[in-house]
Amino acid sequence: MCQECGCSKPGPYKVGERLVDTHTHTLPDGTVVTHEHPPSLRSGATSDDHHAHGHSHGHEHHHHGHGHEHPHQVLNLNTGILNANDRAAEQNRGAFKALNLLAINVVSSPGAGKTTLLTKTLNELKGRLRAGVIVGDLATDNDAARLRTTGAPVVQIATGTLCHLEAGMVAEAMKQLDLRALDLLIIENVGNLVCPASFDLGEAVRVVVHSVTEGEDKPLKYPPMFHSADVVVVTKTDMAAAAGFDRELALKNIRQASPRAKIFELSARSGDGVAAWCDYLVALKAGAGAR
Amino acid sequence: MHEFSIMQAALETAGEKTRAAGATRIHRLTLRVGALSGVVPEALRFAFDAMKEKYSAAAAELEIENVPAAGWCADCAAEFAVAEINYECPRCHRPSGELRRGKEMELASLEIS
Repeated sequence: MCQECGCSKPGPYKVGERLVDTHTHTLPDGTVVTHEHPPSLRSGATSDDHHAHGHSHGHEHHHHGHGHEHPHQVLNLNTGILNANDRAAEQNRGAFKALNLLAINVVSSPGAGKTTLLTKTLNELKGRLRAGVIVGDLATDNDAARLRTTGAPVVQIATGTLCHLEAGMVAEAMKQLDLRALDLLIIENVGNLVCPASFDLGEAVRVVVHSVTEGEDKPLKYPPMFHSADVVVVTKTDMAAAAGFDRELALKNIRQASPRAKIFELSARSGDGVAAWCDYLVALKAGAGAR
Repeated sequence: MHEFSIMQAALETAGEKTRAAGATRIHRLTLRVGALSGVVPEALRFAFDAMKEKYSAAAAELEIENVPAAGWCADCAAEFAVAEINYECPRCHRPSGELRRGKEMELASLEIS
C-alpha cells in the first residue's frame, strides 16, 4: 500500500514454504478486504460488527427522518497505533526470556552486508553458541540459502510487499525452529533503514549495520533507526580506503545519533574485528540475555 | 514510508472504537506524533485521504498533534529539548540516550456520531 517503498499492510506472506493464512472482512461500505489480523485483535472486534452494517440508510446530519439522534461524542483514546505489534513483540520477548534465548534484530539498508556478516558470525560462533536465523526479504530465499551453508537452522520469511518484519511474522517463524536447542536467535530484517525502526520484534538487542561504502552521514539521515540501536556495526572496513571513508566523522555521527549504542568496526571478508563482535555476543548470552 | 501501514492501523482501531460506541461516522481523528517517531505528517495526511472513505471517515478531519522531542539527563536530573538529532544535555554537554518524549505514535481522540 505504501506508494513510496512498495510496502503494504501484511497481505499473505510466506514462512519457508508455508503461506500464512490471511483474514478477510467486509468494511462498512461493503468493500471486502483481505489481510492478516494479529490474534489479539480478532476477539472483541467481531461482537460489534453489526453496528457497522446496520446503519447503511444514508441519513444526513441536518434531516433526521427516523426519530433517533446521533449526537457527536468525543472518545479520548490515547492508544498507541502500533499497540497490536507491541503486544505481539512482548509475547515474543516473554518466550525468549523463558527459553533463555538471546534474540537480536539486525537491520541495515539493502546491500550493507547483513547476510555476509551473519554468515561469518555463524561460522565463528560454532562450538560457542548454538544459533538459528529468521531472515526477512520481500521475495526469494537466496539469503536463507547463503546462511544455511553454515549449518545453522534458517527460516525465510518472504514478506510479499511489506518493507519490514512485524512481531507476528516472527512468532510464526519461531514455530519452525527448535528454539530449545538454540542459545542465539538472529533476526535479519528486511533491508530498510526507515520502517523497521517502528516495529519492535521482541528482541533483546537491536543491531544496526552500517557499511563504509554508504558514507559517513547515514546516522544523520536516518535518526529514528540509529537512535533505536543498541549496537552499531560498521562493516566492510577493508574497503574504507577505496571508499574514501572518513572514520572519525562517521564515528562522531554514530555517537551523536545513537548515544547509547556500542560500536564495532569489522570486515566480514577479511575477518578483522569479527572476534570482538562474536565475543560480545557470547558475553551477552552469558549475561542471561538481558539488555 | 510506512505511513500507509500506520494510518491503516489507526483507521482500523478508530473503526472498532466507533462501532463499539454504537456510532457510525467519524468526524475528527486526532493523532499524536512525536518528532522522532519516524513518521512524516504529510505522508500520514496523504495516506488518510487515500483511505478515509473505506473507514466511515469520508468527511472526517485529520488533526495531527506534534510532540517535540525531550531527552533526560540523569546527571543533571533534568529534561532538555532534543533539537534535530542532538542528544547532548545543554548543561553538562554529555550525550544522553534516554528519551522522555518524541517517539509517540498515538491515536489521541475521535469525534464520532
